[in-house]
Amino acid sequence: MRIIFAIPLALFLFFAGLAAYMLTQDKAQTIPSQMIEQPLPEFSLQPALDGMPGASKSDFIGGEPRLLNIWASWCLPCIAEAPHLERLKDEGVDIIGIAVRDQPAAVADFLSRYGNPYSRIGADDISALMLEIGASGVPETYVIDAQGNIRYQHIGDVRAETVPLLLEKLEEAR
Amino acid sequence: MMRFALAILALIAGPLGVGQALAQQAMPPAPYAYVQLENPVLEAEASALMETLRCLKCQSQSINDSDAPMAGDMRHQVRSRILAGESPDQIRSWLVQRYGDYVSYEPEVSATTWPLFAIPLLLLAIVGLVLLRRLGKRRSDGIDVGGEAV
Amino acid sequence: MIAELGLAALWLSTALAVLQMVSGALGLKDGGNSQFAIYARPAAVVQAFLAVLAFFLLLYAFAVTDLSIKLVATNSHSAKPLIYKLTGTWGNHEGSMLLWVGVLALSGGLLAGLERRLPEKTMSATLAVQGFVALGFYAFLLLSSNPFERLPVPAIEGGGLNPLLQDIGLAIHPPTLYIGYVGLSVAFSLAMGALMTRQVNPNFAKILRPWVLGAWVFLTFGITAGSYWAYYELGWGGWWFWDPVENASLMPWLAATALLHSVSVLAARDALRTWTIMLGVLAFSMSMLGTFLVRSGVLTSVHAFAVDPERGSFILALLCLYIGGSLVIFALRAGSISEGKRFSVTSREGALVFNNVMLSAILAIVLLGTLYPLLTEAFDVRVSVGPPYFNPAGAIFAIPMLMVMAIGPLLRWKEDKPARIQFELALVASVVIAVIALVAILGDYGILPVLGLALSIGLAIAAFLPLRGRRLRLVPVATWGMVCAHFGVAVALFGMASESAFTEEKLAAVAPGDVEEVSGWTIELESVDPVAGPNWTAIEASVLASRDDEAPTRLAPQSRNFWSPPQPTSESALITRWDGQLYVVIGDQAGVDAAGNNRWQLRVWWKPFVTFIWYGGLLVAFGGILSIAGRVQVDLKRRRASAMGQERRDDLDALGDADAADGPVSEPAE
Repeated sequence: MRIIFAIPLALFLFFAGLAAYMLTQDKAQTIPSQMIEQPLPEFSLQPALDGMPGASKSDFIGGEPRLLNIWASWCLPCIAEAPHLERLKDEGVDIIGIAVRDQPAAVADFLSRYGNPYSRIGADDISALMLEIGASGVPETYVIDAQGNIRYQHIGDVRAETVPLLLEKLEEAR
Repeated sequence: MMRFALAILALIAGPLGVGQALAQQAMPPAPYAYVQLENPVLEAEASALMETLRCLKCQSQSINDSDAPMAGDMRHQVRSRILAGESPDQIRSWLVQRYGDYVSYEPEVSATTWPLFAIPLLLLAIVGLVLLRRLGKRRSDGIDVGGEAV
Repeated sequence: MIAELGLAALWLSTALAVLQMVSGALGLKDGGNSQFAIYARPAAVVQAFLAVLAFFLLLYAFAVTDLSIKLVATNSHSAKPLIYKLTGTWGNHEGSMLLWVGVLALSGGLLAGLERRLPEKTMSATLAVQGFVALGFYAFLLLSSNPFERLPVPAIEGGGLNPLLQDIGLAIHPPTLYIGYVGLSVAFSLAMGALMTRQVNPNFAKILRPWVLGAWVFLTFGITAGSYWAYYELGWGGWWFWDPVENASLMPWLAATALLHSVSVLAARDALRTWTIMLGVLAFSMSMLGTFLVRSGVLTSVHAFAVDPERGSFILALLCLYIGGSLVIFALRAGSISEGKRFSVTSREGALVFNNVMLSAILAIVLLGTLYPLLTEAFDVRVSVGPPYFNPAGAIFAIPMLMVMAIGPLLRWKEDKPARIQFELALVASVVIAVIALVAILGDYGILPVLGLALSIGLAIAAFLPLRGRRLRLVPVATWGMVCAHFGVAVALFGMASESAFTEEKLAAVAPGDVEEVSGWTIELESVDPVAGPNWTAIEASVLASRDDEAPTRLAPQSRNFWSPPQPTSESALITRWDGQLYVVIGDQAGVDAAGNNRWQLRVWWKPFVTFIWYGGLLVAFGGILSIAGRVQVDLKRRRASAMGQERRDDLDALGDADAADGPVSEPAE
């Protein structure tokens, strides 16, 4: 038996092993941001509705670490995460919201239905801030320390089990 | 193409987030999402770049081939940055810095992608060797008339 | 009853596959003397009838929208037009797998029913392998993807078919592609049969060739049709995206193309024996690999669709069994096959070897690029590999291949002198250089499109050079096939290069009455109106397009919203001219203009010579058909001739030796 004739077999076995391993793995659905441990970019967003302030980078500087929550009134998981954000707010966390591609009336309607955990809401009409911080979907939640650095990214809606995790990350970011 | 080709090959699933897409469409798209740059040279640059950037919300489509709102927002970024004088390479690396190699269809040599480039080179070497062995040696051997090789 | 009949037919087929496998294996063991070996052929033929019957029963269930069958209820809808009810049969996992299995059984049946030239022992081995392969796919279908499963309570209405699939393309593309994919199983079984019985020789190659050619013709046609379908259906004007599913269809084609060339060498010159066997195994392996990639969900692009990891594991097990098994046998046995006859570098074989190596290298690149994201994901890193990788990496090997393709057919078998074809060489080379120079003067285009244009024109001329100095009436049909196929490659290449170099794009927000210009075309949006179809509503634009002074042509692109399942699609509108296509798409509303009229997104492309891509693909497929016809014709002639020779000999014998002195009986020339 010449070794060269076994090469196709070896290549196939390598593939089969890889494929078998990947079948057992959960499929990575998300694209994590590469901006963790990087400073927030400079930005300044208009208020997403009347009667609330907009958001800019300077709002994250000083004091305690904060949460940056990317959401939208058209996003169904955002409804699910609303009560958990409320709990975080009750724990004394300052949550700054970014409403993506949203209309003021729709934002107001959403907040009146599902509660308003935000201290400020900036309007990101063209996903500009999303792209700046490497967010690939709605909702996403970021832990930002008092120096304005991104410390942690949570992809998807905040659930009951995410709340302690975020509190812990906020504590670490002090 | 992806959602399409996949679908042909028979894996039909409910399209995700149709409701979302409809609601998001209520918002006008970003200024440069569907508007070309005036300058044809710049537009050509932008378009060539957009063909090689991956839509993050789609099934394997470039942002140039997608109606997803986020793809439109990415096209807006590309066109407005090109207009502001940035080079396509700068814009690509700006995105790669934020999303990693996933966002670019054009892999660059890096710690994670070097085999993509090393293997073709290896292949080239193997092809050269095989051709030399199969063809080159024969010539120096002379032509074996009707003989069986061992 | 229909579902139960279908299921019964499938189970019977499975039993027959076992019979075919066992009887074939016994035939192999006893050298064709086993009493039991005679069952292999009838088992394969009857199995083909049953599997095809099962498929038609499912087709019937879809036609009448039998909502008590789970598959129909999930994937069909009573309000769909009949044609899409029928084509929806294979627009889902289970149905398409049944189509796959039906074609597999049919190929096996045809092989068993038609092929009489192989030594019995080799035939037994081949049928055993074919039965073994079929058995695995029957098991997969019945155990994990039963298309005939009943619902406990019939559904009231079906879930509907993905709107992107509600197109005539679904009637053409998947069936032809599947015939191609699965037709290669015959090449696989024959290669394994010949390897196991050590019958790798020109006779085997001549038997293998029509099967490879047949599958290859269907693959070529299926890929061409799929590319055009994607082009007009997706609404962005792209015709090839290098995504995993497309690559899954390209890889078997590349392997089959290499195989049909190496088979020719084996048939004509008794060389490249192990290589041909390897390609025979590889071609069908690529078909099965594609099935795995598409249905298992391991690749990023596939995962959002409903896939079942259990199915993935099942197919992977089949892959290990068939690909792994055949490669083990290959590793053990290939050494015992001698390499075959030798030849010089400047010979037809030399050129074909070069072509084979290059095609295999392109295949390796496509395979690498397709699987690489899977590899990095094992380390939690996600990367994308797309056109900017595949195009140049593929071109490194495609360009030398195309160059050799231009001159290879001019060379003689075994040994030739380059000096003999120096006129042809000089002609093709000067054409290529002239075109490169011309295009470089005309404008600033990418290097690949320019090389593509130049090579395509050089190749188009070179394709006909083998006919030079020959009396055309005497040129064998198979040679015409080759000329046609090679010319088709040139035509397709020209279309690809032209499309990528010269396409003009225009995106605009226009109100009714507004006029836009692109590449000499004047495009006016006349009006935008709502329209409704059987299972969708849409807005339809009325667009007037004209160029030069001709009368305007009315185009009606639509933006459709299907309601079951709810999904928007763009229906593009096209004007086809000899020198290209105008491609118009209507998008969303885009605000209002100064006068308060609604404006709409209009996307327009002028794509010069883009149609040549698919004309070329059709020419390649037609070349394959000519080649099959030519081989069959020669074969029939030879059979008739030898039958006549035999008859005459018998006559002579009857007349007695004395009369034979009149002269030797001349065998008719081939």
